[in-house]
Amino acid sequence: MRKRHTPKDRLITVALHVALAAGLFFAAFPIYWMLSSSFKSNTEIFALPPTVLPKAFTLEAYAAILGDPVKLRFFFNSYFVAGAVTVLTVLIALLAAYGFSRFNFRGKGSLNTLIISTQTIPPITLLIPFFGLVVSYGIFDTYVALILTYLVFTLPYAILLMTGYLNTLPRDLDEAVAVDGGTSWTALWRVIVPISLPGIVATSVYTFLLCWNEFLFALTLTKSTSMRTVPIGIQLLMGQHAFEWNQMMAMSVLGSLPLLIIYLVAQRFFLAGMTAGSVK
Amino acid sequence: MTRQKRSHHRLKRAVAPYLYLSPSLLIIGLLMLLPMVTVIGYSFQNSAVLRRDPTFAGLKHYQAIFADPVFWASLWHTLYFTCMSVVFHMTIGMVFALMLNSDRINPTLRNILRVLYILPWLFTAVIIAVIWRLLLEPNGVVNSVLMQMGIIGSKVEWFSSPATALHAVTFANIWAGYPLFMVSLLAGLQGIPRDFYEAADIDGAKAYQKLIFITIPQLMPIIISISLLDFIWTMQVFPLIWITTGGGPIYSTEVLSTYTYKLAFSSYNLSQASASAVVILLISLGLTLLYIRYQKAR
Repeated sequence: MRKRHTPKDRLITVALHVALAAGLFFAAFPIYWMLSSSFKSNTEIFALPPTVLPKAFTLEAYAAILGDPVKLRFFFNSYFVAGAVTVLTVLIALLAAYGFSRFNFRGKGSLNTLIISTQTIPPITLLIPFFGLVVSYGIFDTYVALILTYLVFTLPYAILLMTGYLNTLPRDLDEAVAVDGGTSWTALWRVIVPISLPGIVATSVYTFLLCWNEFLFALTLTKSTSMRTVPIGIQLLMGQHAFEWNQMMAMSVLGSLPLLIIYLVAQRFFLAGMTAGSVK
Repeated sequence: MTRQKRSHHRLKRAVAPYLYLSPSLLIIGLLMLLPMVTVIGYSFQNSAVLRRDPTFAGLKHYQAIFADPVFWASLWHTLYFTCMSVVFHMTIGMVFALMLNSDRINPTLRNILRVLYILPWLFTAVIIAVIWRLLLEPNGVVNSVLMQMGIIGSKVEWFSSPATALHAVTFANIWAGYPLFMVSLLAGLQGIPRDFYEAADIDGAKAYQKLIFITIPQLMPIIISISLLDFIWTMQVFPLIWITTGGGPIYSTEVLSTYTYKLAFSSYNLSQASASAVVILLISLGLTLLYIRYQKAR
């Protein structure tokens, strides 16, 4: 057992806490700076010396963002696309995961490998053919284009995540339904879905975040301001307003809210979603 | 059950998995595998996408890319950006995980710090880019503090001078990406059996010996698989660089993804861009095979 309270030991404990504080500064200062800048006026942001706390606390940046219908539309688009993709992904992935988890069939192993490997396909490689497809089907600059393309990126990992979850549920449950003469379809909806909620939540969180963060496809497959999502909106703001930094920071704070809220409320599901594939 | 009924049941059991998988396979097939074939096709055509009846170009576009010094510069920047990011993600992730796992800190403090240390991970690449642009503005807080401390003599244009731009974007990416390692390693640390350390204590092992002979070997599988995934994903980074520097100044932060994007959507040379996209795909596929092999070997 460790000997406590020797001078050397206390020195190590103190050093550890100093290192922890340095780590905290490294991790959190940029975020703190974003937050405090969003409450400053644009002139105060570049005041010399820099003010750590806003000297004249103001909500003008937030008022400017929330009072502008164009910017509110960015938020609506982001929520709408991410929401639609999440619902579709969870449904489709649940069916596939059920197939993987409860049945043995030819080609199961290779299909599984295929799905694992599709996770690492570079988005930039798919962008060019998607652009070609989207233009030739006349869905350029529409929600449909974004929803379909996002599905491709969310689905593989969602399937793996859901399969992993379903594998933890005992098979006796759905076999009981089969004994009663029910089909596997009934077993899925009556038995599996109600007890899979944690898995469904983790998958939804992961999918929503992936869509919320997407930039490359939103940049390329949409054009009109009314179709843009939040990440593109932030970029546009940077060009249009000749560096209204406080507004940019306010929009960044608002754009990060869904992630922060999900993280704080559902930390367990969040981490399960983000790391399941890599830790196992 | 009659025999007929039973064989009917068996048939249903045999078909069912394919039915459940069909929506997923349809989407992956039509929207992922088919486009991959398409982009390979584009790379062998003249004026792909732009013309209805493109002519066959052979390897022309690949030759054009390999003859382009900007392509090689992009490849080198991608390699530097990726290797530095992965090494520092791993180092910082490991140090933070070990610190948080230490029994010298109070559990409440540990939980609070764990939440705060994960923070950079929660932000979208675009927002990370905007935050670092604000911090590293010539008139921004970093320059002002560094000048007051006497570390730099005059304002540094971190993102717009060719000497510092690549290091600056790499630094921002290091900041943004270490939590994946930290979280995974922390989970790994908690999975190491305590008796390993107790046995080492009985043998009189020192702290650094326990680290080298127990902790690191036990974490090796996580370190290797996360490093491979991180390498593949970092290699494909686009928005962070696009928003901070746009590949500039004078190509000094051009990476493969921005190079390809510009070929496609600034120069509208979609054929050549496809060739470049195929090169990126091949590199990713190679690394993915390595990853899958490693996962299966475990």
